[in-house]
Order: sequence, then structure tokens, then C-alpha cells
Amino acid sequence: MSDYNTMELMICTAARELKDGASVAVGTGAPCAAAMLAQKTHAPNLLIIFEAGGIGPLLPEMPISVGDSRTIWKAVMASSMTDAMETFCRGLVDYTFLGGAQIDMYGNINSTRIGPDHQKPKVRFPGSGGANDFGSFCWNMMMLTPQDSKRFVEKCTFITTPGYLQGGDSREKAGLAKGTGPYRVITNMAVMGFDPESKRMMILSINPGYSESDVQNNCGFELLKAKKIVETHHPTKHELEVLREQVDPYRYIIGR
Amino acid sequence: MEIFEQGIGKVFTSPDADEARAHFKTKSRIMTNKLMTLKEAIEKYVHDGDYLAIGGFGANRASIAACHEIVRQGKKNMGFAGHTSTHDFQVLSAGKVFNRCDVAYIVGLEARGLSPNARRYMESGEVEVCEWTNYALAARIKAAAMGISFLPARNMMGTDTFTYSGGKKIKCPFTGQFYVAMPALWPDVSVIHVHEADVYGNSRIRDITIADWDLARASKHLIITCERLVSNEEIRRIPYQTQIPFYCVDAVCEVPYAGYPGVMAYEYFSDEDHLKEWLTVEQDLEKLKDFLDKNIYQCKDHLDYINLHGGAEKMMMLRRKELLLNADKT
Repeated sequence: MSDYNTMELMICTAARELKDGASVAVGTGAPCAAAMLAQKTHAPNLLIIFEAGGIGPLLPEMPISVGDSRTIWKAVMASSMTDAMETFCRGLVDYTFLGGAQIDMYGNINSTRIGPDHQKPKVRFPGSGGANDFGSFCWNMMMLTPQDSKRFVEKCTFITTPGYLQGGDSREKAGLAKGTGPYRVITNMAVMGFDPESKRMMILSINPGYSESDVQNNCGFELLKAKKIVETHHPTKHELEVLREQVDPYRYIIGR
Repeated sequence: MEIFEQGIGKVFTSPDADEARAHFKTKSRIMTNKLMTLKEAIEKYVHDGDYLAIGGFGANRASIAACHEIVRQGKKNMGFAGHTSTHDFQVLSAGKVFNRCDVAYIVGLEARGLSPNARRYMESGEVEVCEWTNYALAARIKAAAMGISFLPARNMMGTDTFTYSGGKKIKCPFTGQFYVAMPALWPDVSVIHVHEADVYGNSRIRDITIADWDLARASKHLIITCERLVSNEEIRRIPYQTQIPFYCVDAVCEVPYAGYPGVMAYEYFSDEDHLKEWLTVEQDLEKLKDFLDKNIYQCKDHLDYINLHGGAEKMMMLRRKELLLNADKT
């Protein structure tokens, strides 16, 4: 089965990380597609929470905004942002997906600015939004992102959202909740995890069609390698059918 | 209390709880008719230099009608709460309404992309910024609603978001755990769009409330725009549906479709074509000027603007889309 594109592979890989009975805080786009796919395949009991207050919706289609009315479609509750975020902070949310303009070897993310002058930046991005909150509160933070050495950098211009900060135990020392932090980085080329001690990014599996050197050459810092690097699983026929027919029939995400 | 670290960002509004109490002491406790036009409400309660917040979530139940009116009246030098702000931010940026901004989410329109003009404005150096997060600003507003000067939160630590914020890192006196103290945020004026309100300001929101429950209580002055007016008897018939009580409210404006071109839950979906037009037009400053003339400055009010974009027929189409009735499926 090789009849799929990169975005479809990334979404299917991300969906598989979401265990049945777990909870996930999602944004729009590919993360939402992954959560919907998981819910419609192996994880029917996946609890989806949106930061603006949409809790447990039966999403009829992909929301355009994390606060739009689709996020409360047949939901169990139309709540508030403080309620959603405080639920994350209480430790009730297992997974989240984030993206950004830059990511470093400890999984720190920049979505704020490029350029040295904060008051007059070269490029201004949206800022944290809920990303810093998700990255601070959720047990397992995942990143779903295209990979190149401009995005995977030695040092972020600005750390918007905490990964493992300077590595080791620096995250916990800074005051962030114990046992939280980056968990997976899912790119077009590979799936990465983090070394339990140094907290540095580590190749776990490589996507079909790419080599270890492709992955390293498209990364601005040295990647650690798992003892046994495997090939990322291909999407199954069933996953692709559900993704194409039920999750994203208009190909908003998978058509990119 | 020992401060372990502090951000270098400027806190634009006073977090002093006694100053806030002195203001709320003067607020009327009497149920009076506060019905007025949106034009009158913005003239009366939104002043140059004030600190402004817009309820909802950018293009979801945000009072875009109020943003247009603020731009139309040429308000300037305001402070702005860039909390979950998307299309509202885009409109206010087009009018160069504010010169200082608490940033949680700005410039972007989520899945739709980034606003070229809002970016230009934020990269120009004309706007002083202080960084926060969505929860940080929600917590600051919640502290204000509680009548206290700060709330501790367990985010932002270890990041540049903290470094460029106005937060202070403190230690819990019970556990020794670190927290960021978030200073209370009492906006001078806010506008919240709701489904139903009576003429006194008692309001119902049939939607996620985002930060609006707290924002209504934290705001020194509050303008309510509503899809429709209901009687006070109707409000009293189901009191548990009231989210905002009259004493928080200064003005009530009946503005159907005030959230257009954004979403209003159970009422109308967003006009994605028009939102896309905004993003496209913004690439060219000359085109943007004509576009703003046509869509904001030359419109008398929001109804004028709605009529410019298809009027009742368009709104019926967007209602069918919102309710997923599939009648317009192509």
C-alpha cells in the first residue's frame, strides 16, 4: 500500500499515537484530522477538548477555528476557556499537538517572532495563543510539522512554548509540572522521540522513501538515534478510507 | 513575597484591586433601560486612549459590528487585549486603533492564514507589545472578575513568553512550587456579542463563553450587542440561562448579525469568501484603502455592510450552513 501522500502518512501516524480512552487538546488543521481519524478508527472513546470551551464534540467536519461552532457540535458541554485550560492544568489531558516556525533539539517551539527587536520584529507570528498553555499543562506534547533545517534549528530566536528547555531536568526546575513535556515529533520524513536523560530529540522511525541521512541533513542540530530505528508504518487501507471519506472529504488538509 | 524572576513587559493597566473597587462603587445598581444604537454606545463609552477588549473568539461570536464602528469613528491610541483575537484584530489593525497590545494570539486567522496588514502593523514598531498566553490573559481577566489583584498560574515558566511578559515568578507558601503571578486586567471598556439580552443588559450566550463570563465582570464599562432583544419576563422565566447580569452592563445595542463575517453559534456560519477577500486585498495597501472605504467608512451601520454582502439572502444561506442543513450543497 503506497498510494498515499505525505500529509496522509503524517496524520495516520499521529492518529495512532492517540490511545483509546485518552484525552487530547487539539487545534485546527492536521492535529484535528488526526484526532478525528483516531476517534473513527481505533479510539472511539478519545475525548477531544478545545481550548475555547468545546468539550467532547462529535465533529461533523473539521473546524476552521478552535472556537467555532463546530467545536460544540453534539458536544457534552459548551464551556469556557478557563474551564478547558484548568482541566489541562489539573492533569486530565494526555496529548496535544503543536506546530511552529522553529523547533530546537529539546522540543522548544517558536511561534512569536523572527528578528532581534521584540518591539519591531522582522517577522511577527501570532504568539503563544494556547500553545504555551498546552505545552505547559498536557502530559505529552506532540509536534506535527514539515521538516527542514530552517525550521529545526540549533537555537530558537524566541521560545514561545516550553519543550525540555535546556534539557536534563531544567523543565521541572523552572517550575513546570512533573512528568510533562515533548513526546513525539512527527514530520514528513520521520518520527522522533526524546532521550529520557538528556531530553534531546531522537530518531525513532523513518518514513518510507527517506534515509537516516535525509533526516539528519534536514535538521539544524545533531539528532540522537534510537537503538533500533524502524520504518514508520504505512497507513492501512481502512485508515486511508476513513481519512479521505469521513474526516477530510474536501481534501482541505490532505490536499495540501 | 519573594520574586524569583520577572518579565520585562509593561503591564498596561493598573492591577490595583482598590482602584477597581472605587470604580465599581460608582456603578449603578438600578435596572434602567440601556438601549441605544451602536454608534451612540461607541461614542459614549469608547474613548481615545482607553484599554479595549472584544469578547468572543476573533471570528466566533465577536462583535465585528463594534470593531467596524470603532474604526469608523476613528478611535486612536487605545490599548487592546489581543486575546484569541483574529478577525477583530485584523479590523482594528486596519483602522490603526491601538498603539499598545497585550498579546496572546494576534495577526493570524487560525486555519485561514496570517493577515498581511495586521502583520505589517505589528512589524512597524508603532505598537508596544507585552507577551502573554491565551490562558494567561483569561486568568488576568478572571482575577479582575474576582476582585483581586493577581492569580497564580502554572504556565509560561522557562520561556521567552515569560521574559517578555509582565508576570512575576513566585513560590507557593504551602508547597514551595513555582507559579507565575498574573496581574489582574480591568479593561476600561469591552464589547461582548450575545444571542439575547433585555434592555437592562441581562444577557444569554448560547455558545462556549471563552473568557466572556469573566470579561463582563472585569470590564469597567461594558457594551452588549445582541442578535435580538428579549423581554425581562423572558429572562426571569429561565434565570439559569443568564450569563451576564444587568449591573455589569452600560449599553445594550440590538445588532442582528453583529458577528458577521464570523460565526454565531446556531445562528449563522462564517462567510469564508469574504474573510478570504480581506486576506487577499490586504496584500496591496491601495486596494486595502478602497476596500475599507467601501466596507467600513462609507457604511452607515452594520446593516449597510450586511446588505453590501448579499443581505437577507446571504444570511439565510449562512444560517443553513451553520445548521448543516445541506440545502446548499454543491
